[in-house]
Amino acid sequence: MTQTEVQPTVSAHAHHAPPERKWWHYFTFNTDHKVIAIQYLVTSFIFYLIGGVMASAMRTELATPNSDFVSPETYNNLLTLHGTIMIFLWIIPAGAGLANFLIPLMIGARDMAFPKMNALAFWMIPPAGIMLALSLLVDAPQAGWTSYPPLSLMTGKVGEGIWIFSLLISGTSSILGALNFLVTLLKMRVPSMGLNSMPLFCWSMLATSALVLIGTPVLAGALILLAFDLLAGTAFFNPSGGGDPIVYQHMFWFYSHPAVYIMVLPLFGAISEILPVHARKPIFGYRAIAYSSLAIAFLGLIVWAHHMFTSGTPAWLRMFFMITTMVIAVPTGIKVFSWLGTLWGGKIALNSAMLFAVGFIAVFVIGGISGVMVAAVPFDIHVHDTYFIVAHLHYVLFGGSVFGIYAALYHWFPKMTGRMMNEPLGITHFILTFIGMNLTFMPMHVLGLQGMNRRVALYDPQFTTLNQVCTVGAYLLAISTVPFLFNAIWSWSKGRKAGDNPWKALTFEWLTTSPPAIENFEVLPVLTWGPYDYGVEHLSEGEEPPLTSPELQPNTSVAS
Amino acid sequence: MQGSTVDSTKTALNYHAEMTVDHHEEHPDHRIFGVIVFLLAESMIFLGLFSAYLTFRAVYPEWPPAGTPERELLLPGINTIILISSSFVIHQADTAIKKNDVKGLQTWFVATAIMGIVFLAGQLYEYHHLEFGLKTNLYASTFYVLTGFHGLHVFFGLVLILAVLWRSFKPKHYSNEEHFGVEAAELYWHFVDVVWIILFILLYLL
Repeated sequence: MTQTEVQPTVSAHAHHAPPERKWWHYFTFNTDHKVIAIQYLVTSFIFYLIGGVMASAMRTELATPNSDFVSPETYNNLLTLHGTIMIFLWIIPAGAGLANFLIPLMIGARDMAFPKMNALAFWMIPPAGIMLALSLLVDAPQAGWTSYPPLSLMTGKVGEGIWIFSLLISGTSSILGALNFLVTLLKMRVPSMGLNSMPLFCWSMLATSALVLIGTPVLAGALILLAFDLLAGTAFFNPSGGGDPIVYQHMFWFYSHPAVYIMVLPLFGAISEILPVHARKPIFGYRAIAYSSLAIAFLGLIVWAHHMFTSGTPAWLRMFFMITTMVIAVPTGIKVFSWLGTLWGGKIALNSAMLFAVGFIAVFVIGGISGVMVAAVPFDIHVHDTYFIVAHLHYVLFGGSVFGIYAALYHWFPKMTGRMMNEPLGITHFILTFIGMNLTFMPMHVLGLQGMNRRVALYDPQFTTLNQVCTVGAYLLAISTVPFLFNAIWSWSKGRKAGDNPWKALTFEWLTTSPPAIENFEVLPVLTWGPYDYGVEHLSEGEEPPLTSPELQPNTSVAS
Repeated sequence: MQGSTVDSTKTALNYHAEMTVDHHEEHPDHRIFGVIVFLLAESMIFLGLFSAYLTFRAVYPEWPPAGTPERELLLPGINTIILISSSFVIHQADTAIKKNDVKGLQTWFVATAIMGIVFLAGQLYEYHHLEFGLKTNLYASTFYVLTGFHGLHVFFGLVLILAVLWRSFKPKHYSNEEHFGVEAAELYWHFVDVVWIILFILLYLL
């Protein structure tokens, strides 16, 4: 947050005209980080729609206790694909898309450190996703997104094999992406930008990249062993051959718990950007937010076994993981507190971006509270594998990540496309999403406490009413994407011109044109004030900052 | 715009004068840093597999499980010595190219490649003569998958070395200033070597 010297010289170089961006570039192996970002975002949104159709089908089936819409096997397929697609092909790549667009712009770089590898990472997503989605036509996996053995070894080799290889590909993509983010963030900032003057989105991506690089390879290791069990007949995780399925669970959750933070940390960063801009106030607690991202990343690596409280984990180990899990609420709470502190007394503009950002905080906190509840071993044993967990994880991943992605899209759409989004449509989108989301997932808390099992197509008729409420909510959520899609497509071609800096924001990405030219900046920017100095008086040289109360001012005696 | 209050004192205009740095700045080389980060991530796969192995071992009452045939230590021992020495050999190549000695680079890379090939051949020979197969028991499975996965890495390292060797015959491709490929191949080779030392201790000695 330091101010550096202003260097008022203007580059004397005559600039060669940069090559034009053509629409078909978006369909090619292009190395421009902004093209790759749009590729990521559009592709992942398509997978979001596919996953959403699957969710709607599941909710339709669950409208009645009997099996009347799809067969229980198909339900298992849908359940597995819905979870896997939403996590590995929607939220994680969407976060990578935002990071791709924002990191180089925010730190004043012309591109990522390794542009070709960046493009390669993106182009792994479509084959992995298409393979997984099309498996529904052949023999889809049906062991859930966790794919615990021995169940996953007994439900069909083709589907499970596709699942494993799809995840290995998307995992590799995510490792290569994170490698790029980390090197870019550490090595390519403009000279005037120290780590402690980076925008908070960059901090959160630093933490996210570290988690991806540490966690994802371990998942790859587990998947390789699982593939051997499935295809070569070894018995690493198969108890009937002397193997140990618990080892799979440990390896799986060593990645998949941090994956929760991989999915939500980028959006924590995005929210930290959006709030100060639309509240016209400096961010409250810059360093607290920055360092709490690192704390979350570190703690996120030592909480994984809380997913395994009912897997025969010894009591002392459960105690350890219970405590670490509860402790991770502290850095998260610091962030929420800082966001509220930022909003407090601000001149808040309740536009679509801000509505989603504030909605994010509200809904995420509910997911956080239920998270602390399930961290407690006795409570978790009671609700394990019930709809309470489904409610909790959707409050975190839908209320957190998806709200965050929407907030980010509304906020940066003008920069990405050069045009404003339509506000009334955006507000409609938010209202529908907010109501639909709570209608779908809030009753699931009750269902879970009453003992309704997750992952099963059939249920006891006593749960019917609440399930029908959930189904109505799910339809509302499905409808809510219509105004967004219409808005995005219409605004992209016909929206009002945005100009360079429609929000009057201070971070570097708003200094360049919208959409940014191919090499981002004509001349590289120099940091002259912190990224969130909204409404902060900048004192001219030699001027002393005012002291807190008049009687403490130097040279003024109260007695005289 | 869209309801955001404009902070009139600082608009984008203020920035204009401050966007200064020359457009044609040199792009510094971050590739070695990238390779190191990649290898750290890669080592996490092995760490995960080692942890799985150690857990299996801890859970089993007897390890290797009863009935596992005895393992021969002579051949893998020789193999280990060859692989460890190759790390010193490939470092000579790095020293050579830093003195702009392309001939030296080629000589030492050929030597490293031969040592790598001997290692892989030795491992294949061992596979053929072991008295247990992939599915004999849990020890056998972990043995084959871990050494095989490592062997795959040796193979990739060999491909890297041969690619660098191929390129070194192009005139002026590597010099004392520009030899990223040499350094990357060397780092990768050291990594493969360190992984083998841990694997050898875990699978053969413990």
